[in-house]
Amino acid sequence: MSEGADDAGIPGTVIFDARRARQGYALNAFCMSLMRPENRAAFKTDEKTYLARFAMTAEQKNAVLGRDWNGMLALGGNIYYLAKVAATDGKSFQQIAAEMSGMSQEQYAQMMLAGGRRPEDPAETLRG
Amino acid sequence: MAEIVGGAAMSHVPAIGVAIDSGKTQDAYWQPVFRGFEFSRRWLAALKPDIAIVVYNDHASAFSLDIIPTFAIGCADSFAPADEGWGPRSVPAIEGHPDLAGHLARELVLASFDMTIVNKMDVDHGLTVPLNLMCGSPRAWPFKVVPLCVNVVHFPPPTGWRCFDLGKAIRKAVASYSSSERIVVFGTGGMSHQLQGPRAGLINSGFDKRFLDCIANDPESLARIPHLDYIREAGSEAVELVMWLVMRGALAERTTEIHRFYHVPVSNTALGHIVLEDAR
Repeated sequence: MSEGADDAGIPGTVIFDARRARQGYALNAFCMSLMRPENRAAFKTDEKTYLARFAMTAEQKNAVLGRDWNGMLALGGNIYYLAKVAATDGKSFQQIAAEMSGMSQEQYAQMMLAGGRRPEDPAETLRG
Repeated sequence: MAEIVGGAAMSHVPAIGVAIDSGKTQDAYWQPVFRGFEFSRRWLAALKPDIAIVVYNDHASAFSLDIIPTFAIGCADSFAPADEGWGPRSVPAIEGHPDLAGHLARELVLASFDMTIVNKMDVDHGLTVPLNLMCGSPRAWPFKVVPLCVNVVHFPPPTGWRCFDLGKAIRKAVASYSSSERIVVFGTGGMSHQLQGPRAGLINSGFDKRFLDCIANDPESLARIPHLDYIREAGSEAVELVMWLVMRGALAERTTEIHRFYHVPVSNTALGHIVLEDAR
């Protein structure tokens, strides 16, 4: 799994600005297309064929096919757009948040119940 | 003239909508969340506003990367719930108030807030979850809604000051609207949360508590918080809190805190809620 970007020196955090929006335009347009039920069905039937409709890089397509959320973020994906891929997969925000931070869903849910990740604690996937 | 009779701020976590739609509000996990709004629902029912101006952000539902308005005002007759990837929520249609929205659009532009005017727009959980939290699940919403979208997805969002000043301009515009309608303003989003990347799940209760402590009568100190401070200290999506400042700006210089609620966790997020009225 790819590590997250650290734009603006904030660890594991993408600052989704104009540069990111250009980099991820096609990737996010693909995500946006999943708001229509017929597109969700077409994507589920044959992911590779569906992705060919979009001018995404091979790297972006592979990140989608591998559901590498941090990879998609680093390649210009925006989390609110990626959430539509997760929804298509029937996954909750909390499930993909666990995956992005390298935790099991159970570990992540427990961390949240215990008050969440503290700002001073580095994330699992950011430990050296 | 029309009048602003109260303000409230609340998080708009999508999982709350899912909990309502799947009948889980009485589950042990969700019960405390909804209990935190019981007072507010009574407060709002007693207040009987005619209109709510709901300040929220679109989450890649009505707007894509094709067009990203910094401030957009919904002028349509009605707004349908958006399909966010799992089908539209089965909540009542949201009735707009094109006449007030048009008045606000005109007055705000003349006051140098260059609003984007939207005549067709689906609304996502950012708007429908706050309506549920404040009204429950009625057959029809008890008031008309003017949606006001703030971009907080594409960096940079408008500054806290700009949002606070927009609120003040809304107050002025409402005061020049010839109608006897009574209006509430909701500021939605926040509090601390990060949904993306390895730091997902970040919560900073200290930051949130300071924000709640200041919103009633020291909003200027909050309006000065730079975007990157929100993101570094309270998570990338905490920057949504600038929308609370629009609501606050629309109230009087001094306000009275009527109710407050804070709860961790709601999915990935620290849920914050406050109800304010103009100080008497």
